[in-house]
Amino acid sequence: MSVKSTSVKPITARAPSFLQAVGAVVRKDLASEFRSRELLSAMFLFALLVILIFNFALELNARERGEITAGVLWVTFVFAGQLGLNRSMAIEKDRNCLDGLLLAPVDRSAIYFGKMLANLLFMLIVEAIVLPIYSILYNVNLFHPGLILVIILGSLGYVTIGTLLATMAVYARTRDILLPILLFPVVVPLLIAAVRASSAFLQNLSMEFVWPSLNLLIVFNLIFIAVSYMTFDFIVEE
Amino acid sequence: METKPRLLTILDWSSIILFLFATGMVFIYAPMEAVLGNVQRVFYFHVAAGWVGMVALGVAVVAAIAYLRTSDRKWDIIGLASIEIGLVFSFINIISGAIWARPIWNTWWTWDPRLVTATIMELIYLAYLMLRQGIEDPDRRARFGAVYAIVGFLSVPLSFFSIRIWRTIHPTVVGSSDAGAEGAFDMTPRMLQTFFFSLFVFTIIGIDLIWHRIRLGRLEDDVEQRKMQVMA
Repeated sequence: MSVKSTSVKPITARAPSFLQAVGAVVRKDLASEFRSRELLSAMFLFALLVILIFNFALELNARERGEITAGVLWVTFVFAGQLGLNRSMAIEKDRNCLDGLLLAPVDRSAIYFGKMLANLLFMLIVEAIVLPIYSILYNVNLFHPGLILVIILGSLGYVTIGTLLATMAVYARTRDILLPILLFPVVVPLLIAAVRASSAFLQNLSMEFVWPSLNLLIVFNLIFIAVSYMTFDFIVEE
Repeated sequence: METKPRLLTILDWSSIILFLFATGMVFIYAPMEAVLGNVQRVFYFHVAAGWVGMVALGVAVVAAIAYLRTSDRKWDIIGLASIEIGLVFSFINIISGAIWARPIWNTWWTWDPRLVTATIMELIYLAYLMLRQGIEDPDRRARFGAVYAIVGFLSVPLSFFSIRIWRTIHPTVVGSSDAGAEGAFDMTPRMLQTFFFSLFVFTIIGIDLIWHRIRLGRLEDDVEQRKMQVMA
């Protein structure tokens, strides 16, 4: 047996701090994901398939690449991300883990932020694999620090609202088909800003063309985080 | 079983009469616009329907916040009623806009900020209804609906701003207009009167319909409770 009796800590009265609680949820998600790897591999394969389909659907050729790369990338991320969000909450619901999490004596928003950060990490991991593959397949250089910043900001906003809505969707009868329908109309503004900013960076436009979209992206992130923080308690309330 | 309030009956009849009157004003009282021609008459109901749609979404958000604060079923019923009615009016707004756009912009549809925002609003309303349909527990349905109404309401102006970076061709008849707008016109006093009368009439119709929907919602609740009693 690998579990030693000495490793079991005595139950202390002190409740964990907010950050400790968030960290614990993130660690739990990462640990379970790195054992099964079902979420990451599904997201990654799905992303590859989307890029493959785009190649034929749009006849991606050398001239057109520059302008539509940003769009193709974001559609890929959004679809792959949606798959991950759905699964990450469905796991909690199916095995009644969510109830267990909610019983923990921590602030409910710590659970939300933990799930959200774990989803963000999964999405960033997939993006970090997809970007070089896209660069190789289409012979474009995507390693632009600005683009990476936009991808991080865009993914943050996407999982912020995505985690909130996925938590609602898992309670519904039609949960698998419900999440994209709930999520996509709400994240449209974020996507528009993200695609604009990415495309401006990819075309090496001067910063005056980038700032409006980048500012919007930052503002959307703040609004989405604030509204999710305020409403999450109502979703998991029993 | 509550009886239909007298005021609601009065409101029903005044909506019908006022609507007929407004239709008359649009077609007879308002002068024909010199450049745009008769099709400009769509404008009066187009804006009025859009107005009711927006206000209904606003009411739904207020009701959503009130529900989350008080957990009073009344607010949930009001929220659902205004979203359903708002959905219908926004749809009228989009369709009448397309009818106007065909001769003026020479296309049924264009990806202009206002058009896209209106469409996103419509999709959010529909998603809201689908979310409610999927959840059986009434309390949870109400809570989720309220949260989604708030999130969706925030998203609508954000979409507008993020698309606004492009130049718009949609005219701003009330207030200052973009230089690139096509189909803009100045209103004569008669047009203004017709316009504001249409806004007023559509507001009355909107209130009337939302009231009916609230009554229906209450009756639904009542039926559900009676069913539970019989089952128990």
